Amino acid sequence: MKLNKSFGVLLSGVLSISILAACSSDSGSSSSSTSTTPTNTEPAEGTKVIKIATQSPLSGGSAIIGEAIKLGAQMKLEEEKAKFEEMGYTLQLEPYDDQADPKKGVSNANLIGADEQIYGVIGHYNSGVAIPSSEVYEKYNIAMVSPANTAVEVTERGLKTVNRIVGRDDFQGPAGAEYAVNELGAKKIFVIQDKTAYGTGLADAFIAAAEEAGAEVVGYEGITIGEKDFNGVINQILNKKPDLVFFGGLYAEGGIIIKQARDKGIDVPFMGGDGMDSSGLVDIAGEAVKNTYITSVAGDSTATDSGKKFVEDYKAKFNKDPEGFSVYGYDSMGVFLTGLESAIKANNGELPGKDKVAEAVRAVKDYKGALTDVSFDEKGDNVNAKIFLYKFEEASYPPIQVGEVSQ
Amino acid sequence: MLQEILQSLPQVLVDGLTLGAVYAVVALGYTMVYGILQLINFAHGEVFMSGAFIGTAFFILIMGMGWASAIPQFILLIIVLILTASITGLVGVGLERVAYRPLRNAPRLIPLITAIGISFILQDVVRFIAELFNGNYIVTGPSLFSEQITLKASAISSIFYDARFKTSFLIVLGVAIILMVALDYFVNKTKWGTAMRAVALDRETASLMSINVNKVISITFFIGSALGGATGVLFAVQYGTIDPYIGFILGLKAFIAAVLGGIGNIRGAMVGGMLLGLMEMFASANLSLLTGGVFGAEYKDVFAFAILILVLIFKPEGLLGKPTAEKV
Repeated sequence: MKLNKSFGVLLSGVLSISILAACSSDSGSSSSSTSTTPTNTEPAEGTKVIKIATQSPLSGGSAIIGEAIKLGAQMKLEEEKAKFEEMGYTLQLEPYDDQADPKKGVSNANLIGADEQIYGVIGHYNSGVAIPSSEVYEKYNIAMVSPANTAVEVTERGLKTVNRIVGRDDFQGPAGAEYAVNELGAKKIFVIQDKTAYGTGLADAFIAAAEEAGAEVVGYEGITIGEKDFNGVINQILNKKPDLVFFGGLYAEGGIIIKQARDKGIDVPFMGGDGMDSSGLVDIAGEAVKNTYITSVAGDSTATDSGKKFVEDYKAKFNKDPEGFSVYGYDSMGVFLTGLESAIKANNGELPGKDKVAEAVRAVKDYKGALTDVSFDEKGDNVNAKIFLYKFEEASYPPIQVGEVSQ
Repeated sequence: MLQEILQSLPQVLVDGLTLGAVYAVVALGYTMVYGILQLINFAHGEVFMSGAFIGTAFFILIMGMGWASAIPQFILLIIVLILTASITGLVGVGLERVAYRPLRNAPRLIPLITAIGISFILQDVVRFIAELFNGNYIVTGPSLFSEQITLKASAISSIFYDARFKTSFLIVLGVAIILMVALDYFVNKTKWGTAMRAVALDRETASLMSINVNKVISITFFIGSALGGATGVLFAVQYGTIDPYIGFILGLKAFIAAVLGGIGNIRGAMVGGMLLGLMEMFASANLSLLTGGVFGAEYKDVFAFAILILVLIFKPEGLLGKPTAEKV
């Protein structure tokens, strides 16, 4: 009894300490996320503050990419800071964590809208989050530049404030389908999707194009995000014996599906979209990732000289390798700041209204970023967006680029 | 159609038994606590999840040491299982002491809410620790027991396809069965097991018979949580990738398995878990075949739970539950 009691006291002590630790760490991380941002220093007298928010999943399954987008945007903002100081404005970055959750994204969007000083948003990563959140930005006339959202609906709703620098799923899906059918010779294709706006949209676009190209879709199944056992669906793949499996979804589930399928002896190529473009895919699937193809809206950062410079600077600044989307966060911020600058100039150096900034961002033409060329059309889509095809030949990230498709 | 279902049956059975074994052992934790306290300990799924993380941490730690490669994988697994089960068992006792004991005489709803609160706390504590050490809370452990075995089902009858599985399947199933048999022996044949059954039957009277009720309840929580933690390790070995939210869905399903088998009944929890795992795997492999493509594999839970509802309509006390029988 005595022993039992002392154990109880010990354990309750451990529990309460860990709870306290979690609390303090939470507040610690949130304060550090603002204080480590050097942009948050007190603005000099007489300068006006312009805040730019990022919204990406900084926690959760997609945190690797969300963080990459934020850091990319932060880097560009800090590079351009001096220029805006001369014009009399202080730029500040406001990182928000949308947790890849539409509810959180919208509630953040309302906070962003309520902040008079926030003029633009760089984000999101998940289309399912971007779509409802952008309704809020539209209400407050806050320009959004998306580094990663590919769902068709993002720009198709005719919102004035929504722009993206990447390609669309109705372009990405067909690009993958054509490669699968023409280059890999796939005749029977099995399609899996994760029942999100992104996964379903991509899978449907892929199926339409694959069938048009002459392949047969032998199975179409959905999985539930957050589960870890996909053997039921994989057994269907075993029965149908396809010569390619396409997955519309994100790397957390994609990695597990690939791994469990390879364990069952399915050695046909896997293909996925930009949601699988993450080093996390390799971490999860390990050696099984070989012979996996992904289409991505994110190009190889080292393909251009300015891209190479970006990679070096990024490594030097943050002491880690950039993800595929880092440079898109960087270029999205670049596009936004270009629009902001022209809006300020058009207003004779005075701070224009948020709606004017949104108009100026939409009007950006021929912006040359580190990797992308950006010209927005009337919907906010980038007419120069490209789709890239990669293959994992080794269990390492990044994969090898095997193709590139322009619009 | 029937032929296609039969072809994949060996593989479905293999996968269903793996999942079912995991459900069954987790369901034991729910059913034991319910049997004694009439408390649905919703934090049990999170204890399972903590076990998966602690186990993975031990694997990474031990395998990181140079001399550890000399240890056979099986012995390594047993060491990690025992360590993890002890830790999660103590966590369970601590939870009971901190969160449930002060509320033992409160209305039933109160400890239920507390249990849900505890499960959120455990999720975020684990998430925080995992992010601290790993940078990302989706953790992939070392791959163990990954040799492929082919079950020559086609040799029995040409109707069947061969089933393939990893050695880890045998380990998961074997360890789960050993755990369940040991628990059954403990509850039915030992002095402490008798005390547990006595407390479950009537707490006040048991305390009059000089049974230390608090101690019995602590032991129940220890065993239930140790089993949950050990299953977490098995889960990590089988599926490789874990995150702090695996406990929620899995815990819910294990709870349902406990209800299916008759909550409060230990053998019922085992049967219920196995059945649920098999039904789920069968549904996800065959549902689109059975319905001509109208319902896909994503409706597997609907299928499994529809059967659960049917069972409960006709046998509300669960498959093995007896309305008046002893609990635990």
